[in-house]
Amino acid sequence: MALPETVQDVPGAASWSLVVPRGRAIRLEALGDNACVSTLLYAAADPLERLNIPDTLKAQMSACIRPPLVLMSDLGRALCSVTGSSLDWHDAITGHSLDRHVTGRFGPSDYATNGRTLGLDRRDLHATVNWFVKVAPDGAGSLAWQEHSTAGDWVTVRAEQDVLVVLATAPHPLDPTPDWAPAGVRVTVGPAEAPGPDDPSRTFRAESARALEAVAR
Amino acid sequence: MTVDLVVPPGAGWIGEVPAGQRLRITDLYGNQAVDTLLYDAHDYANRYSAVDTIREQGSLYLTTGSRLLSVDGDVLATIVEDTCGRHDTVGGACAKESNVVRYGMSTRHQHACRTTFLRQIALWGDGLTKRDLTHNINFFMNVPLTPAGGLTFEDGVSAPGKYVELRAERDILLLISNCPQINNPCNGYDPTPISLTDFAP
Repeated sequence: MALPETVQDVPGAASWSLVVPRGRAIRLEALGDNACVSTLLYAAADPLERLNIPDTLKAQMSACIRPPLVLMSDLGRALCSVTGSSLDWHDAITGHSLDRHVTGRFGPSDYATNGRTLGLDRRDLHATVNWFVKVAPDGAGSLAWQEHSTAGDWVTVRAEQDVLVVLATAPHPLDPTPDWAPAGVRVTVGPAEAPGPDDPSRTFRAESARALEAVAR
Repeated sequence: MTVDLVVPPGAGWIGEVPAGQRLRITDLYGNQAVDTLLYDAHDYANRYSAVDTIREQGSLYLTTGSRLLSVDGDVLATIVEDTCGRHDTVGGACAKESNVVRYGMSTRHQHACRTTFLRQIALWGDGLTKRDLTHNINFFMNVPLTPAGGLTFEDGVSAPGKYVELRAERDILLLISNCPQINNPCNGYDPTPISLTDFAP
């Protein structure tokens, strides 16, 4: 029998982690404007295998995360496929907030400690996907944070192997909003349609297909 | 001078650079990517962070004046001279596994930068493992990102004799792989030697 759908609301400036079995769908829905859900991914079987943003971007020739990209591990294997989103740009090159970004402006929080409860430490941190965030370059490579998302924006991914998902909802460090109003996120995990041979992530690029084939072996 | 050597493509180097020391990396023959990682010599977990370096300076590319930041926000080194003009820190290092993704199984046993990194940290010892490898700098490599969200590997902007010079802002451990990649233009399809030269403060 299929596992039931689970829904978890994670408030702003909090952190959460979950293991999502292969084939399940994860839906993130922003519960406020200008949300930032900084996300790390690991292979649940061995967290030494982890999301590699440079490999993900260069293999699929993209400056950002968007459907139908495959999120690839440092071992060249698919962790998740991005199956849909109300937005065409999710940041992956500007990292997560650090305590000093938040504490100096708004006072202490504990969003940064989730990995430690899993036995991970700062050597296990890597470039995050910052869902709902857009920091785009101009032609010369200068970067600017942009007003990008509103409450109700969403993204869905499908787990391509059993994945450990660690997420934090601290404001993006470049978000200039002066008031403390970090947006929460609704995390829904449920059944996903099994991908067919014409799945958009598989047919996107030969590189995407090879990363998916590497977890099918 | 304590370092003055030529590193062939496919080889690497690891060593400490004391605070204040300058180290010059020279692209002897042009269009050669030099994959580089930096660590606080007294706390390897306080290592180079590409995303913090990019975000805090609001710039995708590295050049003269760029501060190379750690995960804790410390300045590990500064680029004090750069005759090339642009260096990448988004593209990461090649690995045998990512070569398979990008170029197919026929490239599985070609040499790759991560292999060099792993060999160098194994030689260095001191507890360094794969967990200590993170997203690196690619000196002399040109990976433009576009306002529309694209990414391309372009022919290098470097040329024979171009160099970049780092000044260590604290005692650092420097890890270098001279990239052996032959499947894209990052090394002009022909990897070539680089030189490393240091200068006392």
